[in-house]
Amino acid sequence: MRETLAGTGVLIRLGLRRDRWLLPAWIAGFAVTTYSTAAAGAELYPDVGSRVEAATALNATASLVALFGRVYEPTSLGALSLIKYTAFMAAILAVLMVFITIRHTRSDEESGRLELLGGGRLGRDAPLAAALAISFGASLVLGLVTAVTLAAGGLPAAGSLAFGLGWAATGMAFSAVAGVTAQVTASARAATGLSLGVVAVTYALRAVGDLAEPGPSALSWLSPIGWNQQIRAFAGDRWWVLALPLALCAALVPVALALRARRDLGSGLREERPGPARGSLNGVWDLAVRLQLRLLAAWAVAFVAFGVVIGSLAGNVTDLLSSPNAQDLIRMLGGTQAMTDAFIAAEISIMGLLAAAYGLSAANRLRDEETDGHVEALLGTATTRPRWATSHFAFALAGVAVLMLLSGLSVGAGAAMVLSDGNQLGRITVASAAQIPAAWVMTSVVLAAFGWAPRLTGTVWGLLLVFVALGEFGVLWNAPEWVMELSPFRHSPLLPLDSDAVWPMLGLTVTAAALAALGYTGWRRRDLAP
Amino acid sequence: MAGVVKRFGPVVALNGLDFSVEEGEVHGFLGPNGSGKSTTIRLLLGMLRANAGSIRVMGFDPWSDVARLHRRLAYVPGDVALWPNLTGGEVIDLLGRLQGGQDAARRDRLLEVFDLDPTKKSRAYSKGNRQKVALIAALATDAELFLLDEPTSGLDPLMEDAFRQCVRELRNQGRTVLLSSHILSEAEALSDRVSIIREGRVVETGRLEELRHLTRTSVTADVAVVPAGLDALPGVHDVVVTNHRVSAQVEPSGLAPLMRALTDAGLLALTSQPPTLEDLFLRHYGAAVPAVAAGASSGRPGDA
Repeated sequence: MRETLAGTGVLIRLGLRRDRWLLPAWIAGFAVTTYSTAAAGAELYPDVGSRVEAATALNATASLVALFGRVYEPTSLGALSLIKYTAFMAAILAVLMVFITIRHTRSDEESGRLELLGGGRLGRDAPLAAALAISFGASLVLGLVTAVTLAAGGLPAAGSLAFGLGWAATGMAFSAVAGVTAQVTASARAATGLSLGVVAVTYALRAVGDLAEPGPSALSWLSPIGWNQQIRAFAGDRWWVLALPLALCAALVPVALALRARRDLGSGLREERPGPARGSLNGVWDLAVRLQLRLLAAWAVAFVAFGVVIGSLAGNVTDLLSSPNAQDLIRMLGGTQAMTDAFIAAEISIMGLLAAAYGLSAANRLRDEETDGHVEALLGTATTRPRWATSHFAFALAGVAVLMLLSGLSVGAGAAMVLSDGNQLGRITVASAAQIPAAWVMTSVVLAAFGWAPRLTGTVWGLLLVFVALGEFGVLWNAPEWVMELSPFRHSPLLPLDSDAVWPMLGLTVTAAALAALGYTGWRRRDLAP
Repeated sequence: MAGVVKRFGPVVALNGLDFSVEEGEVHGFLGPNGSGKSTTIRLLLGMLRANAGSIRVMGFDPWSDVARLHRRLAYVPGDVALWPNLTGGEVIDLLGRLQGGQDAARRDRLLEVFDLDPTKKSRAYSKGNRQKVALIAALATDAELFLLDEPTSGLDPLMEDAFRQCVRELRNQGRTVLLSSHILSEAEALSDRVSIIREGRVVETGRLEELRHLTRTSVTADVAVVPAGLDALPGVHDVVVTNHRVSAQVEPSGLAPLMRALTDAGLLALTSQPPTLEDLFLRHYGAAVPAVAAGASSGRPGDA
């Protein structure tokens, strides 16, 4: 083994030890989702006719093609059922691999943990090599597990394998991207941001490329997410396309190693610019805004873009899902009103889940600030505990509200335009705002955990995933009603709203307030970590 | 603090600690790593809650009167963590404002004294520079009480000097300073009184003169002929003779007579060193080395 790689094995074992819950949980999550989708597809589209109908409608709807891509074989059950998974879930997988890679490279470097280990017998390239080994390995395992679950769900074995390997190769490609960005910037947050930017750009490239008639243009071929779609699992299984992401890995890994060799431990390639000598932060609220605003702004941009696409789809809904079965399902899942309302309601509730995810990440900053030791300096001043906790918690609540109002306005504006009905703007915005209390409940659960069981603050993510899965597949799984009722999202009122919608919203808001009060009580009573 | 007990799960960090600091004094708080120094200071700040005993700081209960108390004190943590993307200047100003205002002129002077570049992002600072940021933020305030947890760890000797100068100024202004350290000479140079903590209890407290018996110098000398009667010299203890080498523990008053005796005996080589805190514990409290090690590991991670 080369001298610069000394200690890689030890670091891999250390990394797997640290990720021993995270990785299995994510892989299980992907497995459950893909299995459920494969199994549900057969019920949704029982015969070739219904598939061709749905696939043709989908391919004819520009905004859906931009969002998810095309169905390249209208008769294929797999290609149709997994349409959301080739690009959209592949992007989520890419995000996951970015997080894992940065976590084991730049984050460890920033915290000084690598320096501690670097004093031992550790080669210069070992941390990067170990991080890539972990994320490559995780991608591969996730891909193979996915292949097995898809086949178990009743889809053809060859297509399942092509699909799984496609995910694996996509995950590896974005791990390599993160391996490079981790060398370029000096902070983990900046490296993550840069990598996520690459994910977004590649997603957008293929969106534009896929819109070209008759098939994808060169733009789609510039995007690793586009490659994943062009493998065309269940629609021809073009194995050779797998060579593209693997070639990208082979090209990026040496680049990352070369960049690492050119810089010092702890620094980026770019020199850090000096900042202001005098501070303008006037208190803990200013500090929370400074620490959190950038993330909220990024979410807001994504919400508006997503919202406009969804809104402009409103006119096509009835064409899109003209098969009676699909219409039944939409009605069943989304409410009993007209198709357009049901569609918009379904999409808005997805955005409500995403807003809850934002609320969780923003409120989790409380725990991060504590474990990073930042709170100690603040609480040594005249700042009280509730006052400090309120700064981040209130920002999280406000952020959730801003996101849902923006999503309502953008979906509403899109729908108002395509339906030539100005009333849509107001009623959709109100319907979107109706999702805020459920997301607030989840945000408050974080505060409650932070107050009473601070080590468990991060596991609220798991709770959110359970609620998401229950909402998505609860009916399919025959989950008992009382279990479904546990999810706050189950109680969010849907379009069209009537005056009764006030009560569940009020109930959820009171629940959120009670959880927050509980959290404050715990936080006032407990010892400060670490 | 009286009879204070603090447990972390099964680990007893403070075991009936009695401790008091007089107004207007610089009080050295000495103890080896893991003896409970940081735990004590964090209890004084209301960051931890005692399991038993009573704590009063300037007449306030630090657990319930946080805001009123903290407006009158300033704290420098032992392990300073800063927001990586804020500059040192921004952090100093933020902490100052949260404290209820700091003196801008004094802040600028301190930046100069400690030679800190306030435009650098915190992530680019070394441990010593992070320590300076917290020190400047605290020293620029008008607090009456300063709680400094190992404030010089990470500072170079030049900066240590600057720090000592600052503490002397504080004392001249009548402020109260609690200064924790595991270095005896540092506390000796600055403190009016010291308290020594070991395994969660204060084992010694008093003015430095009263604790003079703690500050014996350890002397080792090679001589041509070992003189008789060294044990009988005043202030000379624990004399051990091996061949031509003599070693002894010497009080300040015993140094001159011993040196004379050794010079007369044909002094060939001489080393002397002030006692380390660990020496003190070994000598005065009969702690075997493993017990000290156990004391160090019974503290929480990062505790000092």
